[in-house]
Amino acid sequence: MGGEKEETSSKPAFDVGAASELVGKLRGAFASGKTRSYQWRESQLKGLLKMTEEHEQEIADALHSDLAKPELESYIYEAAMLKNSCRLALKELKRWMVPEKAKTSLTTFPSSAEIVPEPLGVVLIISAWNYPYLLSLDPVVGAIAAGNALVLKPSEIAPATSSLLAKLMGEYLDTSCIRVVEGAVPETTALLEQKWDKIFYTGNGKIGRIIMAAAAKHLTPVALELGGKSPVVVDSGIDLKVSCRRIIAGKWGCNNGQACISPDYVITTREHAPKVVDALKQELEKFYGKNPLESKDLSRIVNSNHFFRLSKLLDDDKVSGKVVHGGEKDQSKLRIAPTLLLDVPRDALIMQEEIFGPLLPILTVDKIEDSFDVINSGMKPLAAYLFTNNKKLREEFVMSVSAGGLVVNDTTVHLAILSLPFGGVGESGIGAYHGKFSFDAFSHKKAVVYRGFMGDAAIRYPPYTKMKLRLLKALITGNFFAIIRAIFGLSKD
Amino acid sequence: MLWAAGGCGRTLVFGYHFTAKSDLPLLPVLSSCPAISLLCRSASASGTFPVMAEEENRVFGASEASLLIRELRDSFKSGRTKSYDWRVSQLRGIEKMIEEREKDIIQALYMDLSKPELESFFSEISTSKSSCKKALKELKKWMMPEKVKTSMTTYPSSAEIVSEPLGVVLVISAWNYPFLLSLDPVIGAIAAGNAVVLKPSEIAPATSSLLARLLEEYLDKSAIRVVEGAVPETTALLDQKWDKIMYTGSGRVGRIVMAAAARHLTPVILELGGKCPAIVDSNVKLEVCVRRIIAGKWAANSGQACISIDYIITTKQFAPKLIDALKKGIEESFGEKPIESPDMSRIVNAFHFKRLVNLLDEERVYHKIVLGGQREEKLLKIAPTVLLDVPEDSQIMQEEIFGPMLPILTVENLEEGFEVVNSKPKPLAAYLFTNNEQLKKEFVQNVSAGGMLVNDAILHVTVPGLPFGGIGESGIGAYHGKFSFDAFSHKKGVMYRSFEGDSSVRYPPYTPKKQRLLKALINGNIIGIILALISWYRK
Repeated sequence: MGGEKEETSSKPAFDVGAASELVGKLRGAFASGKTRSYQWRESQLKGLLKMTEEHEQEIADALHSDLAKPELESYIYEAAMLKNSCRLALKELKRWMVPEKAKTSLTTFPSSAEIVPEPLGVVLIISAWNYPYLLSLDPVVGAIAAGNALVLKPSEIAPATSSLLAKLMGEYLDTSCIRVVEGAVPETTALLEQKWDKIFYTGNGKIGRIIMAAAAKHLTPVALELGGKSPVVVDSGIDLKVSCRRIIAGKWGCNNGQACISPDYVITTREHAPKVVDALKQELEKFYGKNPLESKDLSRIVNSNHFFRLSKLLDDDKVSGKVVHGGEKDQSKLRIAPTLLLDVPRDALIMQEEIFGPLLPILTVDKIEDSFDVINSGMKPLAAYLFTNNKKLREEFVMSVSAGGLVVNDTTVHLAILSLPFGGVGESGIGAYHGKFSFDAFSHKKAVVYRGFMGDAAIRYPPYTKMKLRLLKALITGNFFAIIRAIFGLSKD
Repeated sequence: MLWAAGGCGRTLVFGYHFTAKSDLPLLPVLSSCPAISLLCRSASASGTFPVMAEEENRVFGASEASLLIRELRDSFKSGRTKSYDWRVSQLRGIEKMIEEREKDIIQALYMDLSKPELESFFSEISTSKSSCKKALKELKKWMMPEKVKTSMTTYPSSAEIVSEPLGVVLVISAWNYPFLLSLDPVIGAIAAGNAVVLKPSEIAPATSSLLARLLEEYLDKSAIRVVEGAVPETTALLDQKWDKIMYTGSGRVGRIVMAAAARHLTPVILELGGKCPAIVDSNVKLEVCVRRIIAGKWAANSGQACISIDYIITTKQFAPKLIDALKKGIEESFGEKPIESPDMSRIVNAFHFKRLVNLLDEERVYHKIVLGGQREEKLLKIAPTVLLDVPEDSQIMQEEIFGPMLPILTVENLEEGFEVVNSKPKPLAAYLFTNNEQLKKEFVQNVSAGGMLVNDAILHVTVPGLPFGGIGESGIGAYHGKFSFDAFSHKKGVMYRSFEGDSSVRYPPYTPKKQRLLKALINGNIIGIILALISWYRK
């Protein structure tokens, strides 16, 4: 995802001093114990829910202003998903907070043990511009559910949503423990110099590295939600129409490809490719009409930086001749039509970096199984998709393709399954969240063992006699006769 | 755990001199020698144990590290380490190695730390073995994908969480439990199906070289390797891209490891330490309590353990009784001259000996000694030492002690003790001795630490159903049992759909009717759904 610098207006500077003061205040609030109570967590989650319900239109307007995001998309992917997250947390929170009993061993008998989830403290969430409402608040839900104080830094590249979040969260939530800091690189740098108890960042690998290096200075754990080139493998013998609709929904129907789990490229067999291209063309026209640059159902490119980046990928000499559909651009409106490219060279820039836009290269292979090697030869993506009716291929895909998450016969919808962890592996990220996993991401699992003063065996304590050693060995190996021999001092050695 | 000794480009040189009478290493001679990149050179020909392998001239640098990781990556890519059979065979190999080479292990630990045999057996050998056994017993279950529920939105579908190996991982271990802390993470890495490089600590050279020999003999060296060495070797390793780095040691080096990992977006587990407090109430069964304190301090490698008790907090009134009982208990355990007791490990090396003596000899601290205080530089031994009411700002209360000194702080009431603990960086473990149920509750609720144990010390690490790891300054991530498997696995969310049940409501063009229907569906509003379907919506 994005995350580059942009000029901000001349607001009062949020510098290291301001950041340190802010963290100090939040630490004080956290130390008061307020955020730990079930009641506080519940009230804040309800506040988030109410805020999202009562300001649905403003949220949609802000997203439209930032990205020309279609209202239905804003509703499903940002507002409704966030509400789902809040509702699940509200429903499950009591259960999540209950300590989990653990079995103890013979060594510590008699005893009992449990795993107690406790909040980490004061956490920092740095979010992204492409789903600026959901990706800001979904981690916030986890941080609150786990009982933390927090600072949210929304992306300056989606300024309308950023300022709306700052305004609304000030109104609906407890500002002594939950704060929004708006800004770009200088503000983020000031924040990153502070000691946090966790940093949760959504964005790209370049910034992810900077965040982790900054976190290392304070031994702060991080969750990094990054991206990658998420592939779609399309087998033959499938319901091609449904498959293509699902690819389109995951690509252009997800913020015009500006989504971290959006399909980045398609792999299919040489023979099957023409059919796939035709079916995609047909469905694209049904969805977005003959002039997709005019369609209200497609987000625009977020800003001119990204527009130029995408244009450059497309205008690459090795690439421009490979366009089989689309390719139209309108710079004044920051629009690029859904574009299909067939057989672009693997070493073209478009196949080297995450596209994060409406361009979809289609690679061809001899056998569909070869596609797994293509995927595994690159960086591990955040998601990988396969369309097939072949059970064996499906099994092989799950076994041999490594990615943050996988979906068979659809794209992007795994995001909505809150019982699945959502997160990357390798270059696509560190750590996971969603549902209970969000609660866990912002909790420390404290191991607690309780013992009585009974059952104290001298064997543990010095002086260490030969008999103690023999007895201990016998006890540990569970050798009954050796225990008897040791106790009666009959051991041979 | 691992203190500054190996850091800052400084290397240490050891020579282990053997006497004719016994095979005990009496004098670990230490000097700093910045010119030599590899440590552990043996000085004279006879009577000296050559600690490092013979290949004195071979330096492990960046190109060797990159070659090594390429080999391991190829092995990993071949898919061999993923199979259940491979994992089982390697875990069995470790089990067999521990069983067959118990004597060698005990001897190496004795050379490195004068660790008493029973301690080596109890806290290194049998713990490693049970870790192996547990993994062997549970592995099939751990490897099984976990089915999860799916939602209405994606109906019809199914979903599962598949555990997959991360790839090639690096384990950097510590000198204080050099066998256990090396093998325990390796067991997790193997169980999860990874290729692995182990870098044992150069500060426990006998165990390091034993591990290098044994792992090669008993395990598949195309996927499991040991690299011995100090700072230069570790630096060369850290420059490579790993799929996970697990480090056990100090916060200072932990920061370096994590910063190096950040360059490659490599996740880390950092097992660090901290000042682990023990809060002692007056209503305890004192004799048992004191024995457990002794077991958790001096019988745990002379206090050189990351979860060993660092200091005690008790009430002003109770302190004298506690000290009397400790005095009696220490004498029972280690005799009248504990410095001569074979049942206490020595201080690992002269560097740490000096560090500890400095802590003890601080002016404001020295006259607070109520018990012990004797030291023998030649033997690297310091007697169990108890100090009463040292100033909070003295060095001994600022850094992790990691040795046989035990300060006792006194407070008016024990709740104050919780504040003392919480005013410091979060420790790896916190202990409470009490019979007061209310106090137990408050302790668990208000004190933050990696783990806690009520009415005992240290033993919580042996409970395999519990995660072991720190929080804040005491570390990142956890392991042990299933948590080790998870620590070295990626939890891949997998969702399956069929081509049936495709509803056009998801797809553009987004008509107002679709919008209404979708909102009603998501909100579970039946009337709304019907109204939308028959286009009767008022809005």
